[in-house]
Amino acid sequence: MIPCKPITQKLTLLLFSLTVFSGIQTYAQDGQTLFQSKCAACHNVFKDLTGPALGGLETRGPWADRQELYKWVRNPEGYMKADEYTQGLKAKYNSIMTAFPALKDEEIDAIVTYIDTEFKKPKDEGQKTNGETATSSNQNAVIFGVISLILAIIALILMQVNSNLKKMSDDAEGVMRPEPVPFYRNKVYIAMLAIVFFVVGGYYVTKGAIGLQRQTDYQPEQPIYYSHKVHAGINQINCLYCHGNAWESKHAAIPSVNVCMNCHKAINEYTKGPKLYKENGEEVNGTAEIQKLYAYAGFDPKNANAWDPSKAKPIEWVKIHNLPDHVYFNHSQHVRAGKVQCQTCHGEITAMDEVKQFSELSMGWCVNCHRETKVDFNYDGKKGNKFYSIYEKFHNDIKSGKMDSVTVKDIGGLECQKCHY
Amino acid sequence: MSAAADLGYMSQKKYWQSFAEVNDPENFQKKTQDEFREELPFEDVDSKGLLDAKAPRRDFLKYLGFSTAAATLAASCKTPVRKAVPFANKPENIIPGEAKYYATTYVQDGDVIPVLAKVRDGRPIKIEGNDMAAYTHGGTTARAQASVLDLYDTHRNRFPTRKVGDKHEESTYEFLDKTIGEALAGLGGKPVVLLSSTIVSPSTKDIIAKFPNLKHVQYDAVSYSGMLLANEASGFGRKIPSYNFGEAKVIVSLGADFLGTWLNSVENADGYTKGRKINEKNVEMSKHYQFESYLSTTGASADERFTHKPSETSAVALALLAALDGSVTAPAIADAKLKAGITKVAADLKANSVKALVVSGSNDVNVQVLVNAINNAVGAYGSTIDWSRPVNYRQGIDKDMADLVTEMEAGGVGALFIYGANPAYNYHDAPKFIAALAKVKVSVSFNERMDETTELCAYNLPTHHYLESWGDAEPKAGISSFIQPTIYPLFKTRPYQTSLLKWSGNNTDYDTYLKTYWAGILGSEDAYTKALQDGIVETPAAASAVAFNAGAVAGAASATAAKKGGKTEVVLYQKTSIGTGTGATNPWLQELPDPISKATWDNYAMISMAKANELGVKLDMDYEYYPQKPVFEFAVGNDKVELPVLVIPGMNADTVAIAVGYGRGEKLGKTAAGVGQNVYPFSSFNGTTVDYFADITITDKNRKHKIAQTQIHNSYEDRKEVIRETTLATFKKDPNVIPDYRQKLVDDYAKKTSDFHKEATLYPDPATRHNEIKWGMSVDMNACYGCGACIVACNAENNVPVVGKREVLRYHDMHWLRIDRYFVSGENPDDLKGVVFQPMMCQHCDNAPCENVCPVAATNHSTEGINQMAYNRCIGTRYCANNCPFKVRRFNWADYTGADSFANNQDQQLVGKLDDVIFQMNDELTRMVLNPDVTVRSRGVMEKCSFCVQRTQAAKLTAKKENRMLADGDVKTACQQACSAGAIVFGNAHDKESKVSKVREDNKQRSYYVLEQLHVLPNVTYLAKVRNTDEIIEEKGHHGGNEKHDAAVPAAEKKEEAQH
Repeated sequence: MIPCKPITQKLTLLLFSLTVFSGIQTYAQDGQTLFQSKCAACHNVFKDLTGPALGGLETRGPWADRQELYKWVRNPEGYMKADEYTQGLKAKYNSIMTAFPALKDEEIDAIVTYIDTEFKKPKDEGQKTNGETATSSNQNAVIFGVISLILAIIALILMQVNSNLKKMSDDAEGVMRPEPVPFYRNKVYIAMLAIVFFVVGGYYVTKGAIGLQRQTDYQPEQPIYYSHKVHAGINQINCLYCHGNAWESKHAAIPSVNVCMNCHKAINEYTKGPKLYKENGEEVNGTAEIQKLYAYAGFDPKNANAWDPSKAKPIEWVKIHNLPDHVYFNHSQHVRAGKVQCQTCHGEITAMDEVKQFSELSMGWCVNCHRETKVDFNYDGKKGNKFYSIYEKFHNDIKSGKMDSVTVKDIGGLECQKCHY
Repeated sequence: MSAAADLGYMSQKKYWQSFAEVNDPENFQKKTQDEFREELPFEDVDSKGLLDAKAPRRDFLKYLGFSTAAATLAASCKTPVRKAVPFANKPENIIPGEAKYYATTYVQDGDVIPVLAKVRDGRPIKIEGNDMAAYTHGGTTARAQASVLDLYDTHRNRFPTRKVGDKHEESTYEFLDKTIGEALAGLGGKPVVLLSSTIVSPSTKDIIAKFPNLKHVQYDAVSYSGMLLANEASGFGRKIPSYNFGEAKVIVSLGADFLGTWLNSVENADGYTKGRKINEKNVEMSKHYQFESYLSTTGASADERFTHKPSETSAVALALLAALDGSVTAPAIADAKLKAGITKVAADLKANSVKALVVSGSNDVNVQVLVNAINNAVGAYGSTIDWSRPVNYRQGIDKDMADLVTEMEAGGVGALFIYGANPAYNYHDAPKFIAALAKVKVSVSFNERMDETTELCAYNLPTHHYLESWGDAEPKAGISSFIQPTIYPLFKTRPYQTSLLKWSGNNTDYDTYLKTYWAGILGSEDAYTKALQDGIVETPAAASAVAFNAGAVAGAASATAAKKGGKTEVVLYQKTSIGTGTGATNPWLQELPDPISKATWDNYAMISMAKANELGVKLDMDYEYYPQKPVFEFAVGNDKVELPVLVIPGMNADTVAIAVGYGRGEKLGKTAAGVGQNVYPFSSFNGTTVDYFADITITDKNRKHKIAQTQIHNSYEDRKEVIRETTLATFKKDPNVIPDYRQKLVDDYAKKTSDFHKEATLYPDPATRHNEIKWGMSVDMNACYGCGACIVACNAENNVPVVGKREVLRYHDMHWLRIDRYFVSGENPDDLKGVVFQPMMCQHCDNAPCENVCPVAATNHSTEGINQMAYNRCIGTRYCANNCPFKVRRFNWADYTGADSFANNQDQQLVGKLDDVIFQMNDELTRMVLNPDVTVRSRGVMEKCSFCVQRTQAAKLTAKKENRMLADGDVKTACQQACSAGAIVFGNAHDKESKVSKVREDNKQRSYYVLEQLHVLPNVTYLAKVRNTDEIIEEKGHHGGNEKHDAAVPAAEKKEEAQH
């Protein structure tokens, strides 16, 4: 009971600092979201893509004056007429920026703040990997197995020794006993073995049957070696830039060829990134893979202006995540309404070259998450989803302290017809 | 009636569904308790021992072993590699996985209904009504709902053909354009004729008008030319007016099935309902009288019916006019009941003049002239009949067609283009037409299917399905509805308008022509785009200055007075499902039970009880219980058909009614071929118009034919509290019958707390089991006319399988929503007082009996009040269905959908084969109609109405995405959307402001739950049916009306009586 007080104090302090920082966080978060939804298609903080790298933009051109930046973002074409710097940009990148007339001053500010923070961050951050803890638990299991096996053999030997000693003592005392049965014909042993076999076998059969058609770690070879690590990891392209459908619809959908070509019209070789390897260790030529894309798109990099997107052929990707037909799953429900990160179900996708299935996509896995995940309750005009305002009872319970949060389960997220209809 | 006396009616019952229930109730109850009513294949077990039986124990073990082995094998197989193929070039406004709705128009032979097509990933999968159309208010018909399946019909013509010898060989449009162009040039001045069904498209009419020397003849399978000519004779021009059923206090129909098949039933029902829904604070209803020969869908909803032979229609009209204004001499009418009826109706019409409307379904010019005179006498013109918006639904004139056939016979026609018309099947003298067609040098059909006429034509250039087309329609003057394609044409088809344009020397295709045409009319291309988006453009009605001209009345009166019919007459009618025959190729429509007879997959002769007695058809237990019905030969002159008979109460004693549209050709596919008989030959031409009735002779063929009726498939164990029906007078006198009944239940079962919900159950109070969203439905039985649009909508929305006639015969029909039909009669069942239609679907009971008995909890309750069914959890014990008091659960006895994991599981060697139509529905092409959001169920699982849970889920998600509260009206169930009368209301019952809560609150005196005494607490409420008659229904026994508390336990009833 004694250490109670200091802990509470620490907690209060922690909570306080968290609230303060989270306030700032939300602001920067807005900048990130905006950047990713409006800018990321053409700009990166560090690298030139379709448009110039945005890191340190305030040091260039007229952008030190925020008012000029506002004008430019809302109407690039109009702005350009009287500005030499931007005319130069057009000449360099061969395109004019899309206009965003609807962006507010604060929103542009938020984007600039975000770019600034990103630009000034130490570069190695966020590239840590944590894949080593898993192996150690595996080793433990092997050690335990070996120890149990040794112990079992010792027990068997001791039992044999015991029975031999008993026989010898019986012989010495002159007690007549029947010839002992060898252990492999001993009915007790056989019965015990059968039971163990039945239990263990039954366990594995059941487990195997339940796991039928589950494809965790499924990593098929795709028609084009497409590295999520290069795109989403190193180049930090937002997931929703290519899989924007996940925001709108039940399917996340694989991007169409024209989406790939948005960037790859300009990026026609793979030189700067790390070397790419297939699962079998074979090295992959990134530039050759981009050529494969060009073959599908019908694009000739030497004659880029003659490209006709309508002649493109679709790419037959191998589908990795398969749900049974009797399951209804909606990406937009999870990504947009539920604000679940893609990585929660798809794993550390930014570290995967070729994608493999991370989660087992089983019902137990779904249900566990529904039990724990909290709903975006408590709508107050800024946070929370207004839809949930209808659940008055839960809101009252939260107010009165009966419950601290509402999980998906509480609003019926475990019911059959949430997913099966 | 003597017939009734012979049959010995002893029962006091009022509501019944089958004669057996009336005649032999004890036996009927006993028999309906059998789960399997057909012979089971185990009959040998007793005599020869188990091993020699057809399915002995060893076989069972063999099958068991095989299936285990098969399961192991299937399980050990490699998981298939699935491909995900994205767009090459994604169109900007398409989101894979999200449905889009496009405004378009259902057009079929002049039937025009503005609709929205739901398109999922490029496939239209569902038709919904277009709310923006003021004249339909978003209502649809069964046929409009089913039309999306026609798009994927495997028997559509897939390419242009030309006839070589007896065969139709594939050809190309270039070749045919050239060949036909040359043939047209070589006609030597002989005229070119376009023979079509009614064309409502103004742009097409423009194209036709510009085609040099093209004569256009419109021909309707069931003609309205009597009406058109009569209106011309009465000074209104050759037009049909808009009828305003909503304005009428008294509606008299002389054989017009206006809620089923007459003109636009959606528009009629929409208006009619205005006068039929009851406001409890001011109880009033329109009064609907029906004079007819058989029991029609409309007649079933009438307040009072009077029957007569079809030939007497003119006499009835004449007598009515005479009674109204005395301008003509009344004919002698022998039937006392009919005579009294006419007097009564005339008095009522007089009392409600201006607010009255008389319509007639007759195709006789004289009758229609008399009806016009009656409408003039009651002041209907300008009030309930609107000449400012004449309708274009039917424009065919019978004489034009007869003249054309004569001209063709004489070799006077050079080329005949056929679109939409099918005279080789539905002309009154089809052999004459066929012979005449042979004399036409160039015959071209634009029809979508290889129908009876197209088969005879030299060329077939199939046109698009409407969901693949551009187009327009003008259902009424000043109202234009647009058609836009919702899918790229599936086959090598071409709009017939493009062909007409080409052959008239104009090389623009129809799509461009239409755009230019409408951009010109609407002023700009933007306006045209807007019109396409809305689907409908309405211009203010032009004031009409036409007045009734009585000049033709005297002639009509004298012409009709002379008419005489024979002893027994036949009347031809259309079913709401099949129509004139266009619905015959559609499996959904074939399986839709007829509103009155509840028969599927057949036509038959409906006869009266008196006629049954005369023909020796005994209405005993066997007649009703077994599907075999006696077959008779029906002959009109030399035309004969053999058809089974169905005995229907409330028919005219000497009238036989047979539906048209059946007996189709082999080439139309497995759905249509071999179903029923064609009775169009029974119609005849009287020199001006075609008559759809005739004298008939009947001969017994001493054989039987099975008819798949669904009405007695589900037994309520004689519990009558399922339906509540009363008369307006009774309702006014004692409006609280239903609340009192409920009070009595509370008194009996909830003595302590007076909370029936809480106390009368073992289970926790349902109120504690739900959160703030609780879905509920209300069904107004006063606004249900039995048409079946909701059933087809449900089929489309929920992937409900078609099972075919054989399976319906075995009680395996799968409809999630059925419409129960109850006859209401006095002691004599033929003394039909009315018919009650009750849409019956899963009631989503809060204390659901099905949920408690499921051993695997595959069916359970959600916090939103939905009784959930998890198909993948169901192991098929069928306990739930047995324990359901409403019998709304459906079991997949066979693999109707081809969804099983094992191929070839559809062969049912042991218990009978499945119909071809099931395999047709499983075709890759047909399966494109399936709704991807709803699981396709496999063999061995139970299914039932889900309250369209995919729609409630989608609406909630949309609200979440838009960061807003769920609004009332966000969710409409498929059945609700389809209903043209707004009988079904759905929404959140916990929201006090929602429409469903308001309907329940405002209709406390009529609102009831089915079988309330069982305390299963349904989430569906019904509003009791009220017939507008002065009859006071006598209350037998206790206060709760004449329905017994629990009819199965007479002792309980006596006890209750004592309490009162």
